[in-house]
Amino acid sequence: MIPAAFEYRRVGSVAEAIAALSADEDAKLLAGGHSLLPLMKLRLAVPSLLIDLGGVPSLSYVRDGGDHLAIGALTRHCDVERSDLVRRSAPLLAYVAGQVGDPQVRHRGTIGGSIAHGDPASDLPAAVLALEATLVVEGPDGERTIPAGELFLGFLETSLRPGEVLTEIRVPRSPGGWSFQKFNRRAQDWAIVGAVIATAPSGRPNVALVNMAATPVRAAATESALAAGAGTEEAARLAADGLEPPSDLNASPEYRRHLASVLVRRGLEEAAARDGAA
Amino acid sequence: MGVKIVVEVNGTAQSHEVEARTLLVQYLRDVVGLHGTNIGCDTSSCGACTVLLDGESVKSCTVLAAQADGRSVTTIEGLAEPDGTLHPVQSAFREHHALQCGYCTPGMVMAVVSLLKENPSPTESEVRLGLEGNLCRCTGYHNIVKAVLAVGATAGATAGATAGAGAAAEAGR
Repeated sequence: MIPAAFEYRRVGSVAEAIAALSADEDAKLLAGGHSLLPLMKLRLAVPSLLIDLGGVPSLSYVRDGGDHLAIGALTRHCDVERSDLVRRSAPLLAYVAGQVGDPQVRHRGTIGGSIAHGDPASDLPAAVLALEATLVVEGPDGERTIPAGELFLGFLETSLRPGEVLTEIRVPRSPGGWSFQKFNRRAQDWAIVGAVIATAPSGRPNVALVNMAATPVRAAATESALAAGAGTEEAARLAADGLEPPSDLNASPEYRRHLASVLVRRGLEEAAARDGAA
Repeated sequence: MGVKIVVEVNGTAQSHEVEARTLLVQYLRDVVGLHGTNIGCDTSSCGACTVLLDGESVKSCTVLAAQADGRSVTTIEGLAEPDGTLHPVQSAFREHHALQCGYCTPGMVMAVVSLLKENPSPTESEVRLGLEGNLCRCTGYHNIVKAVLAVGATAGATAGATAGAGAAAEAGR
């Protein structure tokens, strides 16, 4: 399968990328390409111009930002997975990065690319939701930040404006318990359903779900029940409340609702056990 | 519009003008003329097209040739010595009959070379996880894992011989 024809430009800086992106509304940014190129091969995406960020090495880093961890958008999954700093300060994120696709995918795919793509079936968008991360974007009007909870608007639709480039992911230090439960048939498949549990700055568990709606989504009913003092089992049963999970070859909406409850229960139990052990 | 690229393929600089949409695997097979890299699923699932990009395994059906500009690519043809001496991973695959129909083999071998670079003496479970991106349509995984473990054990023994008993214990964990 060959993508439809497009123009290709490799840029050397974020400013150059913003200029190129602003000049052509059908242009797309190319990072690792492991979300975009498969869509282009299926002709589900037909950009006029690919702006390759591969020549912008300044966007690949992990830094200690004090109360948070700053990760450059072009940092590859394998580098997030292996980073000692990420493992210490946000072990959930290092673990989730190591569960994306397979080794070959993790050698190419980037954290920024995966988040900006906004696929509800991808692991990292749900992880940044649960971790209450902040996204730093640069655009024609300068820099702004977007809370992860305000990024995902619809299916593959984000609040990134035309001409904006995601440059950094800021993850609050999260020393509490955590868990990622991914249910799939083969390693390289998307999760049929996934559940991410992170400890919020408030100390309570945040719960985010993979592949349970048109966007990555928080399990609001479970979180409220836990806040109101419900037990794990009872709160987990509410995981899919108010959600309309998709139907596909792998699973019906009913089955996904069931999986969400089971995975959230397992996740809450594992997170509590880790919290106790820490 | 064509894109001018210079790619080091198996140690030799290759310079071509390609269409922007040319995939790395097409470039290797149709432009450079190296047919050892197979196309399997063409959807970044099966790993048959795995090659090394700057020494790390990638699925060449999901990389643009343009993205390899200025970088080095190693294919299955680039593993053996010029005199024909097989790479240790190739020898181990032969020794342990780690192939049946052979279609997945080039990609499987390249994925193993990358895995062993990152983890020279993996456990069986680390081998199986490390090869999760490669499918064998004959389901011949058992002997593939045996071959990888054999190379890993040799690497551990060699490290021990040169660095003393402590390193051997560490490498053979």
